[in-house]
Formats: sequence, C-alpha cells, structure tokens
Amino acid sequence: MRNFGLTCLALVIILGFGFLIAEAKVTTFTIAGSTSVQPIIEMLAQEYMAQHSQIRINVQGGGSSAGVKAAATGTAEIGMASRQLHPEEKGLWEFTLAYDGIAVIVHPTNPITNLTTEQIHDIFSGAITDWSQVGGKPGPINVITREEGSGTRAAFEELVLKKKPIVAKAIVQGSTGAVKATIAHDPSSIGYISLAAADQTIKILKDDIKRPFLLLCTARPTGAVANFIEWLRTSEAMDIITAEGLVPVK
Amino acid sequence: MKLKKVEPWIRTLLFLAAVFSILAVVLIIVFVFKEGLPFLRKWGLTTFIFGENWSPTRGNFGIFPMLLGSIYLTLGAILIGLPLGVGCAIFFAEFAPAKITSWVRPAVEVLAAIPSVIYGFLGLLVLVPWLRQLYGGTGFSLLAGSLVLGIMILPTVMTVSEDAIRAVPLSYKEGSLALGATRWQTISKITLPAAQSGIVASVVLGMGRALGETMAVIMITGNVAQVPTSLLSPLRTLTGNIALEMGYAAGQHQQALFATGVILFILIFVLTSLANLVRWKGATH
Repeated sequence: MRNFGLTCLALVIILGFGFLIAEAKVTTFTIAGSTSVQPIIEMLAQEYMAQHSQIRINVQGGGSSAGVKAAATGTAEIGMASRQLHPEEKGLWEFTLAYDGIAVIVHPTNPITNLTTEQIHDIFSGAITDWSQVGGKPGPINVITREEGSGTRAAFEELVLKKKPIVAKAIVQGSTGAVKATIAHDPSSIGYISLAAADQTIKILKDDIKRPFLLLCTARPTGAVANFIEWLRTSEAMDIITAEGLVPVK
Repeated sequence: MKLKKVEPWIRTLLFLAAVFSILAVVLIIVFVFKEGLPFLRKWGLTTFIFGENWSPTRGNFGIFPMLLGSIYLTLGAILIGLPLGVGCAIFFAEFAPAKITSWVRPAVEVLAAIPSVIYGFLGLLVLVPWLRQLYGGTGFSLLAGSLVLGIMILPTVMTVSEDAIRAVPLSYKEGSLALGATRWQTISKITLPAAQSGIVASVVLGMGRALGETMAVIMITGNVAQVPTSLLSPLRTLTGNIALEMGYAAGQHQQALFATGVILFILIFVLTSLANLVRWKGATH
C-alpha cells in the first residue's frame, strides 16, 4: 500500500517536471480583432497547433478596429481586420489571408446579364423598384435580404449600400440556403449570398464585391509568428480556407 | 414485505419527476425575464410594444409589426384549421364507418408528427411560388403562413374536438332522435353545444401551437418587419424575430430579443389560462 503511494508520488513529480520542461519550450502569441476573420483563424490556428506542439496561439475577437489598434500598439502580435485599412491606419505590415466574396444573384431566366454597383445600390435601397429601370422585363423587383446581424448582410451594406438602409419591404431570409432557394423559384427576385455558396440554380450578376481578410503586424514579423504566417500560404492551409467558403490568395 | 419497502421509493421518484418538470418551467421563466426585463425597463414597455420600427443595428427596437404579425397569423391559422378540424371530428365521431376511421384518422394524426421544417420547406418550394404565380408579388405572405399553419394545427383541433364530441352522453342524442329530430339537427343543436367547451379548448390549444410555431413560419412569411396590410403582405412573427436574429445578436440587440420572448411568453400564458378557464367551466356545467 505504501509502495503504491510512493509510486504515485514519484509519477506526479516526474510528470510535473516533464510539463515544466515542455512549458518552458512553448512559444505563445496572440491574434486579436475582426470577429469575421476569427472563425477561420481559429480553425487554422488549431490545425497549426496540432502540428506544432511547442506553439500556442490565443485568438481573440474585438472587431476590425480593435485589431488594427492591437497590431499598432503591440498588445497582440497579429491583428485581424475584415476591411481595407483607412488611410490613417496605414503603415502596418499587411498580409491578405483570403477574400470573402459576395455574389449578387437572380433567377436563371432573368435576361439581365450585368448590373453596375450603383444600380445594385439603388435596387437594394429602394430607389429602383422595377426591372425595366435597369433594362429588364417590366415588373416589380422582389428584393431578398439576410437578417440583421448577419455577417454577409453587414459586409454587403458596407461595401455596396455605403450605410444606406436596405429597403424596408425586402423579404428577409435567415440563411444562405433560404435566399438561394427563394431566388431559384422567383423569376423577379434579386439577392446576395456568399460567393462560395453560388451554384447553377441561380445566376450570378456580380461577383467582384470582395472584402479582404487582413492580418496585421507592427513590422515584418520574425520567428514563430513569421513561421505561422508562412504556413498560411501552404496548400494545407489553403484547403481549410477554401472549405470555409473563402477565396484564397494565389 | 418487499413491496412495502419499494413503495415509498417509487413515490419519491415520481414526486421528483413532477418537481423536475415544474423546476424546468420556473427556470425558463426566471431566465427569460431576467434577461428581458432590464431592457424593457430601460427602453419602455409602450415604446417597445407600439414602436413600428425594428432596426436593431441602428438602435430602433419596436415590435408592433411582429406582434400584429403573430396575432394575424394565428387568427388566419384558426380560420382554416377550425372548420377543417371540427368537420373532421364530427365526421369521425358521428358519420364515418369504423373501417374508414381506422384508416383515415391515423393519416390525419400523422400530420402532427411531420417536423415543422418539412412544412416550411414544402411551403417555400410549392405554396409560395404557386401564390406568386396566382397573385403576383413575392408569394411570401400572411395567406401562405395561414394555410400551412392551418394544416399544422388540424390534428390538434381534430383530436381534442373529437374527444369532446364522443364524450357527449348517448342519452342526449337518443332523446333528441326520439323527439323526431334528424341526424344533422341532433348534431348541430344537441351534440355540438354539449361539446362546446371541449371544442373551444381545442381551438385555444391550436392557437397556442400556431403562435409558437417558428421554423415553418420563418420559411414562408418573408419576415418583413412591417405591419401587414393585406392577406398577401409578408410579415414577421415574434418567434421568427427571435429565431432569425439570435445567432448574431449581442448586447442590447440580444436583450431586445429576450424582451420579445417576454412579450411572447405573456401572450402564450394568457392563451393557456384561457384554455384552462374554458375547460374548468365546462367541467362544472
């Protein structure tokens, strides 16, 4: 019985030392900022940590602006932003992780093949309400949008509507799939979805609405941080990025 | 001897089961009110209930369109579900030969077992496009929601009404028929009035189901946070509002959704109390 206790004690001490030694070798760094970039970075960090046991990465939210600030002041080794930097924010070292694409979509039988950003702006803000106003078959435009709080909606509002509210009578659907199904069955509808979710049931009118997912550092990184960022360009990381519906940087 | 020992244990177990279910209800109430009440106090109950503008990311929280949306949709569902459900109940209780009842009744009851997302999916892919072709517009409408919800509450209305009709004492019917009344006269003048409280209870239960339905409603009503003006207007319900925006909401937005839950809870509570009142009145008659 006493032997058993002693053995246990010895085991605990040995294990404890083992952890201490391992702990000493661990390099920790923090990534903070945009909550849109957060999920994909968390997945990538998890995969990276699984392969590199001596690296520990903390991923935190806070928003794009907080990410820029964190990188500038050095409170985080890497900042995340899901938008282009404002002029007064320039001067940081930027790394484009991927692009988040948004496609404006209509029914496959819609004769219109192209719309300008201004026309899309006017349709979604309610200034244009009939297809004949943009060169289509006369008839009311059924605008389909996502619910408030949706990341796709936030990006679409920011990039296309420039802070103007989406027309109040727009039909609201709670998911990319529901928007797609609605548009696939309504010849006079228009909506927007993540580019990666587009398929042949709908027609893409515009696919160049893109926002970058940026990683930011005070200066060109070195050591563990540089290794991690380098790994983000490997085909392995690209596969994870593509699988999440983002457009990787070639 | 052994049984005597086991008996108190079983009683305790059953008691615990009862306590657990009550505890669950209490916990839900406490949690929803704890999250929602501070917002209601800050924002003001009347501005919240009667505000017509809902744009949480811009700081506007008014649920009047959703409140009306929920009420209209529930009434629409009853308008369709009540005649169908009570009609089925009369048929099965009074007219249908046992052979037909044994086949058709389970079929209607299966309606209750179909997941609501299936109703929503069918509505989105069949009913909404069909209404769009017939009447123009988007097809997402009060009408579409009422039709689907009316079918969804059909089994509830039917089974409860049928039980009420079957519970009418045979002597009532015999007396009526003996006085020379026809079969339909007996049903409309004797059986249905006697089963009245049960039928009303079935309607209130159906209303509760319609008011609480979420998934199917989100898929077919269009979720536009504006006061519906016609049968073909799209609308948003209280439940739909919560389910749609819960995923991303934070801070005040999330509190506002809990406050929506408080209002919904009060509505359901009133309905359930009404059902109990009607049943209790019926029992004392």
